[in-house]
Amino acid sequence: MNAKIFLVASGLIWATAVQPQGYAGLGTDAEGFAIPKPDTGPTFPADHGPHPDFRIEWWYLTANLEGADGADYGIQWTLFRSALAPGEAAGWQSPQIWMAHAAVTTKDKHLFAERIARGGVGQAGVQTHPFSAWIDNWQMRSADETIENISLSASGMEFSYDLNLMADGPLVLQGNAGYSVKSASGQASHYYSQPHYMVSGTLSLPDGPVDVTGHGWLDREWSSQPLAEDQSGWDWFSLSFDSGEKLMGFVLRGARGDFTSGTWISADGTAEPLEPGAFQAQPLGIRDVQGREMPTHWHASVPDKGVSVEVLALNPQSWMGTSFSYWEGPVTVTGSHSGKGYLEMTGYE
Amino acid sequence: MISAALPAILSHWRRHPLQLATLIAGLALAAGLWSAVQAINAEARASYSRAAEQLGTAGLARLVPESGSIPIARYAELRRSGWKLAPVLEGVVRFDRQSFDIMGVDLLQHPNAPDLAKAAEADSAAPLEALRPPGRIFAHPETAALFFKAQQVHPVTPLEALPRGLGMADLSLASHLLRQPDSLSYLLVLPEQPPGLDPLAELAPELTFIPARAAASDTARLTDSFHLNLTAFGLLSFAVGLFIVQGTIALSLEQRRGMIRTLRSLGVPMRLLTGLFIAELAAIALVAGIAGLVCGYLLAAALLPGVNATLAGLYGASVDGSLSLRPGWVFSGLAMTLGGAFLAGARSLFALWRMPILAAPATRARGQQASRSHVVSAFSGVATIIAGLVIISIYQNLIAGFAFLGALMLGAALLLPLLISAGLSLGAKMAKGALTEWLWADTRAQLPGMSLALMALLLALAANVGVGTMVSSFRLTFTGWLDQRLFAEVYVTAASDAQGAELAQWLETQGVTALSRSYHDTRFKSAPLRVYGFEDDSAYRSNWPLLDALPDVWDKTARGDSVLINEQLARRHGLVPGKILELEPGWRLPIAGVYSDYGNPNGQAMVALQALQKHVPGLPNRSFGLRAAPQEVSTLITLIRQRFDIPRENITDQATVKARSLEVFDRTFVITAALNLLTLGVAGFALLTSLLTLWSQRLPQLAPVWAMGVTRRQLAAAEVLRSLLLAAGTAVLALPLGLVLAWVLLSVINVAAFGWKLPMYLFPLDWLRLFVLALLAAVTAAALPAWRLSRIDPADLLKVFANER
Repeated sequence: MNAKIFLVASGLIWATAVQPQGYAGLGTDAEGFAIPKPDTGPTFPADHGPHPDFRIEWWYLTANLEGADGADYGIQWTLFRSALAPGEAAGWQSPQIWMAHAAVTTKDKHLFAERIARGGVGQAGVQTHPFSAWIDNWQMRSADETIENISLSASGMEFSYDLNLMADGPLVLQGNAGYSVKSASGQASHYYSQPHYMVSGTLSLPDGPVDVTGHGWLDREWSSQPLAEDQSGWDWFSLSFDSGEKLMGFVLRGARGDFTSGTWISADGTAEPLEPGAFQAQPLGIRDVQGREMPTHWHASVPDKGVSVEVLALNPQSWMGTSFSYWEGPVTVTGSHSGKGYLEMTGYE
Repeated sequence: MISAALPAILSHWRRHPLQLATLIAGLALAAGLWSAVQAINAEARASYSRAAEQLGTAGLARLVPESGSIPIARYAELRRSGWKLAPVLEGVVRFDRQSFDIMGVDLLQHPNAPDLAKAAEADSAAPLEALRPPGRIFAHPETAALFFKAQQVHPVTPLEALPRGLGMADLSLASHLLRQPDSLSYLLVLPEQPPGLDPLAELAPELTFIPARAAASDTARLTDSFHLNLTAFGLLSFAVGLFIVQGTIALSLEQRRGMIRTLRSLGVPMRLLTGLFIAELAAIALVAGIAGLVCGYLLAAALLPGVNATLAGLYGASVDGSLSLRPGWVFSGLAMTLGGAFLAGARSLFALWRMPILAAPATRARGQQASRSHVVSAFSGVATIIAGLVIISIYQNLIAGFAFLGALMLGAALLLPLLISAGLSLGAKMAKGALTEWLWADTRAQLPGMSLALMALLLALAANVGVGTMVSSFRLTFTGWLDQRLFAEVYVTAASDAQGAELAQWLETQGVTALSRSYHDTRFKSAPLRVYGFEDDSAYRSNWPLLDALPDVWDKTARGDSVLINEQLARRHGLVPGKILELEPGWRLPIAGVYSDYGNPNGQAMVALQALQKHVPGLPNRSFGLRAAPQEVSTLITLIRQRFDIPRENITDQATVKARSLEVFDRTFVITAALNLLTLGVAGFALLTSLLTLWSQRLPQLAPVWAMGVTRRQLAAAEVLRSLLLAAGTAVLALPLGLVLAWVLLSVINVAAFGWKLPMYLFPLDWLRLFVLALLAAVTAAALPAWRLSRIDPADLLKVFANER
């Protein structure tokens, strides 16, 4: 789930367009910002909190839910942090900017909202004792410093949700012990996930409240320069199979060839990084999404693991028309494995 | 038939060009004054709304603190309750000895952020650069140039859409410049709020919610009184102008009665004739309306600088740009002229419509039966005044004040004919000799035809007395107040705090008392409040213009235990000595006294300097008032200038400050004086047209008197005398009316409009001048008819007997 962030980096409401050197300017050099290092594994609970010396960071949660009415739902809750300069300062002098996106997706509706805030004044932030991430009245909160048991809420003009998430498995370190390489030339990020949430709660939709249960997936990632100069966007998959196994895979589309990577998570939660190229994804169906041609139907495969599946969007119109826009929505999986998941696609302009 | 009747009707004007000119001039004058006032008002209002719209927050509600500021922690709490709010911090920053208004906003939340972003980009600034040091100031191109001249640290981006005189910046820069890292002035409530939030009244009971409209119309509300005032003047002028027109229309129809009778006898239907007269009036009104609009436009253009001076002087509101022509203004001006013309002609046209086919003309000149209508008019006058009294006793606000004024003026005008008629009856009873008795009776007989013109004169004279008394009282009070308030002999401002300290030290060695004039700008209930820090000195104790105070006021205030506030602040918020004022969050002081502070639109407070320095760290201290013997002033100024590098304009002696203040004061009331004079001029003109109208109607009455041996010269003299008599009577009646007017202006309108009450002074010499002016107008108005009478061909007088007319 990476990516939106990048957008944040280049400047929120000020931004105008995708920069030629990369999606929303993320391919530029990091100036004064910390650079991810392969040998610094994450430590908890400290790394649940923010890393202001890095340019970008996010707390990115998606969940596939099923209503008491039997219908499928998806929700997204994302808090982005973007630093104009490394470090933190008090009050309005803080260089940190926060942005959050929330969405609820049904078969025929995609409702979303956005919030933006300055760091330093308390309007948004993340703290670790106990864990709490918030912007305005959107919150991801734990009673302690772990993220085992969290409550999640957000609201837009037409929707709101209030959910409880309980982790049913261990944290997963993506890439090489939490160091996730993003290009052949070595761009990388720190990246871990909690893909084992059991979710229950209530969605408030225009037609009324719906009680829901399901599974959630949290991604934590921070970096200063995650894209190579030639890379223009990515297609990112987080799939939970009925077998209990999970797959995270992404394709970074580049002028000098695509870069793919991913992680295979076995049913007991053991994570195994996939070699570059081990994960493959090809579009099967193109749909018109808000005036863009976008692949909302995919074939994804990891031959080593015997995975060959079709990934189909629950709602092909899951477009996040926010300050930085992208496609993000729940998917269903059929084929060698069946299950559900989330798909994110950026850089389709 | 039309082609036959029309030339006959119109030929009248060829024979009476002066009458046509009077009619057009009267209408044009009425329309001109009215539309000038409308143009000025429209321009000023457009200017305010431009200023409000420029910020783009005109349509937004606000949350303002009761006093002082809002801590940013409170802002974060309210955001965390779900409300979408945009924070604003306002204040004044000094660069290079110049003051600049700074508005700090969160560029990520403020509704205008996209415009600022675009401007920054056009200025080739990187995105979000404005959020980081050295920040970026956005300002109207004219103001941007000033910013740029005064400092080079912070880049300045010109943006046409911003109001002049203001620098907008991100809060990271603004809070730094204003040295207020933890506080906000107010919060804008953004238009789209998610449903289901707790009400703000519960979440933030300490903040006041100001709805969008009220928040937007700060300036408009403040200046409403002024525009209401102008509108009242405009209406008065319009009404007075219509009196002229009424007289002329009546005259033109009167003189054409013979022709009308002839035309009707020849078979022209009355319906057609009336239609033709209406068309004629409409055409004349149209021409006059256009002329009036041209005059109005020119007059407005001439008066606008005065209006600007007034608005700037009284309210600190500026009206920018020059006059622009608005289609709405043109149409409303023309409509007003047409409507006015028909209103003025209604009675005459109606009389024409109802006229028996062979009616003899000039019956209207015999006014004996008019006394009944005088009584009716007087009754309605009394009723109008009573209605006004009821309004003012129920509502003590600005609109009620003006309503009362309107009712009073109208009611008095309606009473006038009865009063004059009574006076004339009394005169007639006391008269001895046939000719004198005839003079009184004849004057009385003329009253119906003259009453409208006399009403106009009454209104104009009363307005002059009232407004003149108000302005003069104000000026007298203001001068006395300046003497009290400006007790230091020299006022000096150093270039920096360091130089200020050096100067203070040096002055001490010279044995000169230097009183600090430091101040801090803050807000009280969202309105600007300037807090002065003063040093205890006998000069304050003996001079300061206190209106109301607790015992030991100076001891308490000098100790820092209490605060003095100006009258405006006290009246606006119902504060009286003994109540508590919160100057900054947590800094609450009891009010010990209230002082007058004329000419200042904003709230002001005074505390002991040490107390202010304690609560406002880094308070600039470079402005001083120096006490010196008057004969030493110039030496002292020269000495200071030799020793310190202080520009000439930063050292001022008391006399100069006073002269400058009075100059501003006088400029403020230029427009009032101009309108006053114009109204009087119009009233004089109304008198002239009435007399001209009566003149031709009166020949049948004058002819017998002449035939009995009274010479034409004597008749002419009687004519002038009569005019004088009526004008004098009207002027005498106008005086009490004007004084009541002045009282309402000083005690009701001023309090509501400006927040200060003024004592009323009487200026009998001004009244005398006005009385003479009224007589002069009467003589001038009567001169032409009298001159014609003295030169009339005896044959014309004889014709009265020969002619059946």
